[in-house]
Amino acid sequence: MTDVNDSHDEFVEPETLTLPLDGWHRARDGRMVEFAGYWMPVQYNVEGGGIIAEHEWTRQSAGLFDVSHMGQLYLSGEGVEAALKAILPIDLATLKPFGPRYSMLLDEHGGVLDDLMVTRWSSGFYLVVNGATKWDDMAHLRENLPDDVNLMHLEDSALLALQGPKAFAALERVTTGEYPLSALTFMKGGQFKIAGVDAWISRSGYTGEDGFEIAIPAENAAEIADLICAQPEVKPIGLGARDSLRLEAGLPLYGHDLSPDHSPIDAQLLFTVGKRRRTEGGFLGSDRVLRDLAQGTPQKLVGLSLDGRQAAREGAEVYSGDQKVGVLTSGGFSPTLGHPIAMAYVDTALAVPGTALEIDVRGKRLAAVVTAMPFVAHRYHR
Amino acid sequence: MPRYFSEDHEWIDVDGEIGTVGITDYAQSQLGDITFVDLPEAGSNQSKGDAACVVDSVKAASDVYAPVGGTVSEANGALDSEPELVNTDPEGAGWLFKLTVGDAAELDALMDRAAYDAYVAGL
Repeated sequence: MTDVNDSHDEFVEPETLTLPLDGWHRARDGRMVEFAGYWMPVQYNVEGGGIIAEHEWTRQSAGLFDVSHMGQLYLSGEGVEAALKAILPIDLATLKPFGPRYSMLLDEHGGVLDDLMVTRWSSGFYLVVNGATKWDDMAHLRENLPDDVNLMHLEDSALLALQGPKAFAALERVTTGEYPLSALTFMKGGQFKIAGVDAWISRSGYTGEDGFEIAIPAENAAEIADLICAQPEVKPIGLGARDSLRLEAGLPLYGHDLSPDHSPIDAQLLFTVGKRRRTEGGFLGSDRVLRDLAQGTPQKLVGLSLDGRQAAREGAEVYSGDQKVGVLTSGGFSPTLGHPIAMAYVDTALAVPGTALEIDVRGKRLAAVVTAMPFVAHRYHR
Repeated sequence: MPRYFSEDHEWIDVDGEIGTVGITDYAQSQLGDITFVDLPEAGSNQSKGDAACVVDSVKAASDVYAPVGGTVSEANGALDSEPELVNTDPEGAGWLFKLTVGDAAELDALMDRAAYDAYVAGL
């Protein structure tokens, strides 16, 4: 850490960091780009690589994603339950052990600071947060947690995601444990071993496909990634396809579709607010969330489908006739559907599937229709 | 027929006064999978350096600049249904547009293949 009062260091661009699998990606011809402060592969420059091929492989077989940039946190100690209840909008009382749940970190005004996964372990809570926001998240959590609650950053843990209809078949072959991998259904997790190494595995992910997220010691990450990729169903997949897959699945991306300007309500993520808490409140930012619920919001996050092939991207303005009614927060070509798709915040009156709108792309108006998400149906193993 | 290259990774083949323009293999490899090409209209006038065309990849939209000035005579209509030709055959069937070269002297500022290859090797 540098002293923030030291003005000499204040404007120094932080050095891009490397992840445990950096050399592994480079050896497989990953095209490395800077993302969330780390070097990460956007795609693999090999036969059968490239964003569209990797995207399609994941939808048809199984793709291995390195998501070790994400923050893995562990909260424990006296009063952790009550402390977390005061922070997260979920109904913690209904969170059973070992099943991750999707939740939000909100600021005091109800704006979204991050989205995350929270799992109840035996004597604490395991959180997975976004890579670009993890340092701010830890500061925010520390500020809002009593001193008796410990916040640990599990920096020595790597995180892999294996996603796709053949993910189960491939992972089952290399996994041992007290019970079979098939015991896990969507949003359930457990402790297993891969190649003799302890692995925390949950049946979850961010592609809309069946799949798993696998936390393993960083020092074993390369051998385990090798073993999983040695299965015929599996290829490594880069960030590019990760983005197009999650967009098709209608899953919002923090920093784009989610930001402190929005609450979980205008982001159409009411399900991240526990039923009881929608009336009782009592979590950080609940005033805004309850107000948004009662009064509605001026805009809502919607999906948009475009004709033709020209994509509209983040920042493009949405029009109804001459009137600007919204802005895109994500957009790109959908390899599965063969046309572009997008997410945008638009005026609530127009946030109805079937509404015809237009998107301004470089001065040209592209026709778009409000579309229920996901764009491509989820195939979770429930 | 001589082929010239720009620092922005366009190529132009000149046959008489007609130049055929595309992007190089290096450019397509950097852009990744191309999903759409917004081609210029025949008859439109382009000055050297104008954004004549937009190539959309899964990742981003990128401008293609006119390597020399001229009047567009034809766009490659095959790209409407098969934009991936720019990936698979960038210096052949994946050409973008043809133009009537306005001032042949502008070609002098471009590189030949050997110079371009050396330029790319230095990137």
